Amino acid sequence: MAEMQDLVVVGAGPAGLAAATQAAELGLSATVLDEQPAPGGQIYRAVERAAQGPAAAALGEDFRHGLSVVDAFRRSGAGYRPGLQVWQVEQSGEVLASDGQRSEAFPARRAVIAVGASERPVPIPGWTLPGVMTVGAGQILLKSSGMMPSGETWVAGSGPLPLLYLSQIIAAGGRIAGYIDTTPAANGLAAGPHLFAALRNLPYLRKGLKLRGVLRRSGIPVHRADSVEAAGDGRVERVRFRAGGAWQEKPCDLLMLHEGVVPNVHVTMAVGCAHGWDDRQKCFRPTLDEWGRTDIQPILVAGDCGGIEGARAAELRGRLVALGAAADLGRIDQATRDRLARPLRRELGRHLPIRAFLDTLFTPRPEVLSPPDAVIACRCESVTAGQVRETVRIGAVGPNQAKSFIRCGMGPCQGRFCGLTVTGIIAEATGRTPGEVGFFRIRPPLKTLTLGELAALAE
Amino acid sequence: MTVEADVVIVGGGLHGCSAALHLAQRGQRVVLLERRHVGRHSSGINAGGVRTMNRDPAEIGLSVAGMELWRRIGELVGDDCGFHAHGQIRVAETDAELAKVADRVAMVRGLGFRHEELIERDELRRLVPAIAPHCVGGLIVRDDGAADPYRTTLAFGRRAAALGADIREGEGLVALERAGADWLAVGEQGRYRAPVVVNAAGAWAGDVAAMVGDRFDLRVRASMMMVTERVPHFLDPVIAAVGRALSFKQSDAGTVVIGGGQQGVADRHTETTRIAFANLARSAVAATALFPAMRGVRLVRSWCGIEAETPDHLPVLGRSVAAEGVIHSFGYSGHGFQLGPICGAVVADLVTRGGTNLPISGLAPGRFGERFAGRP
Repeated sequence: MAEMQDLVVVGAGPAGLAAATQAAELGLSATVLDEQPAPGGQIYRAVERAAQGPAAAALGEDFRHGLSVVDAFRRSGAGYRPGLQVWQVEQSGEVLASDGQRSEAFPARRAVIAVGASERPVPIPGWTLPGVMTVGAGQILLKSSGMMPSGETWVAGSGPLPLLYLSQIIAAGGRIAGYIDTTPAANGLAAGPHLFAALRNLPYLRKGLKLRGVLRRSGIPVHRADSVEAAGDGRVERVRFRAGGAWQEKPCDLLMLHEGVVPNVHVTMAVGCAHGWDDRQKCFRPTLDEWGRTDIQPILVAGDCGGIEGARAAELRGRLVALGAAADLGRIDQATRDRLARPLRRELGRHLPIRAFLDTLFTPRPEVLSPPDAVIACRCESVTAGQVRETVRIGAVGPNQAKSFIRCGMGPCQGRFCGLTVTGIIAEATGRTPGEVGFFRIRPPLKTLTLGELAALAE
Repeated sequence: MTVEADVVIVGGGLHGCSAALHLAQRGQRVVLLERRHVGRHSSGINAGGVRTMNRDPAEIGLSVAGMELWRRIGELVGDDCGFHAHGQIRVAETDAELAKVADRVAMVRGLGFRHEELIERDELRRLVPAIAPHCVGGLIVRDDGAADPYRTTLAFGRRAAALGADIREGEGLVALERAGADWLAVGEQGRYRAPVVVNAAGAWAGDVAAMVGDRFDLRVRASMMMVTERVPHFLDPVIAAVGRALSFKQSDAGTVVIGGGQQGVADRHTETTRIAFANLARSAVAATALFPAMRGVRLVRSWCGIEAETPDHLPVLGRSVAAEGVIHSFGYSGHGFQLGPICGAVVADLVTRGGTNLPISGLAPGRFGERFAGRP
């Protein structure tokens, strides 16, 4: 068993790194556990290596900021254990993690959950075909190995990430067959009232406009569509989309989908923290106070796994969580905590007002949240949306009953790829809100481990 | 408005639903109150063992009689409940354990039952080719088996409803009051009046008993279960072990379901449970000791249910000594699933005939003495 730490941080993205850095700066013991081989999380993935590589210029200013976050962490003296899968977080704050061969327990006075966000599942017809992937996965290939798509590559979806990815591909000299923009036309109107607040983060808005400009000048065809399908025999061969009421079909070797990101709530749900439905972001998130505290005292949350706010805000949240923990553990007094927090909160105030605008502008179309009957909802167990609706007809009132009936959510992904979809379908079918319907009860372990490894804990 | 019925059943687990089914079959007007939904707790998520093997002598007769109902379960509830009679084997790893098995078989035969047999190494190996080479034999009941617990509980509930039972999900019991010769059950939504109340409230049965003045010394059990990824078919019977806490079986889907009674942490008040991995690891030790090839198989999920355990680990089944018109059926202490179908028939006998021919004398609510079953 590892030595007791003041903070054990799960996740080495901006939130986790900043929390550990801040904690170490205050003299607390802190260790970051992460599954990647190098710090940075998804947003700054392999940032140290990429900064040396040929694609560095294409990755942009934000990515270079990530380098400074990682540098600060490396210099802070905080512990760092890469290559570990966290499979259980106890209500006491103890964290259990595996290196694939053996497990280790990391006792902590406070566990900081900083596991970030994942792309929302995009259940469309054909989304399980080989050759269909997420934009995020494509970007990981670009960031970690400079890999660019070849052949007829289409990007379909909505949100800032497709724009960013397209601009990165363009800058790196890659070729994209077309962008299918699925942002509902009505969202622009709905987002209008939030634009004024968003102006407080002018640099971010400017960046968005700049990306759109890059896309326009690149000559990549952009289609506004309200429905997208992948088709093919054994792998994706065609992409179909409905633009202006008419279906079009294009040859396609690679289809990249994206409909925004949602908090990774599996850890906090498995621990038993209280969660609520965020209707603006269309996702569940843990209920937190201003210091990232959950309703379970040793469990703290920092960054996008507590609600989508973006990388810069996540970093500030990480620092605030560390300040709160330091005060709660008696290492600094409240006045010091509040004084150190003030500039962080001021900066947070520049990053947050744009969220209402972005969330509303990029609210996914209803059929992403509750897809048609024929579409696969649960990939692991090959359960369709229609089968989930059928469980409602025979009396299932929530996702856990649906799971018992038809095994949706019981596969190796443990509901990560279908949880929101199953909740969305049941909510729509029963006329209740997703918050009322609830989410799968998350059963441990958070990551699969072999029986041999589990047995070793008692041998 | 108060709903009038012949029987109010508290609890929509397997025992409550089975009682509802048997009572409705006999023309009784039944209202069943279930605070959450049918099969929400232990009934829906237990190991699903349909086992007569190795039961306490006080339960053997009832369990063996229950097997008759399992053999025609499709006829009884209109669903096969995923029941397969591939046998259950309690594996002996040493000669000393096998000697215990021999004693057990002799004892059971002495009571007049012939369902349990001893098997030796070769027969064990023939039935379970994947078993670890050190295992020397075991106890077997060849027509025991396993079923899908959630599907079974729902099937009983559904058939009871089809026969006219009024199953009210989302209806928690607030109070039980005397109303003349009847009981008045006050629910969160409505009021229900009947001469008979059946307490089948599982982990919460002690609270219901207290409402009618009966006190029981109950503990909460939270037996942990885990399930692996799918692996190719390698096992038919359900495996237990003489010297270890283990229940081990392969499902139709190919996953391996492992239980055996290692305890997690339960909170009866919030109806939540947590896995205690230090204990669960012991189940993994037991499973991999008997099936070494399982060491490399991945654990996907673990969970535990909540149920009541009595001081002697035997259920409480019968009429309340002190509270007229109350029938208790709870405290199955980790082995109530196979008994569900038959215990519903027992309850129906007690209500409609005033007694039963089925052997339940060892399970009487009054057996814990004055201080407990009587009025406090």
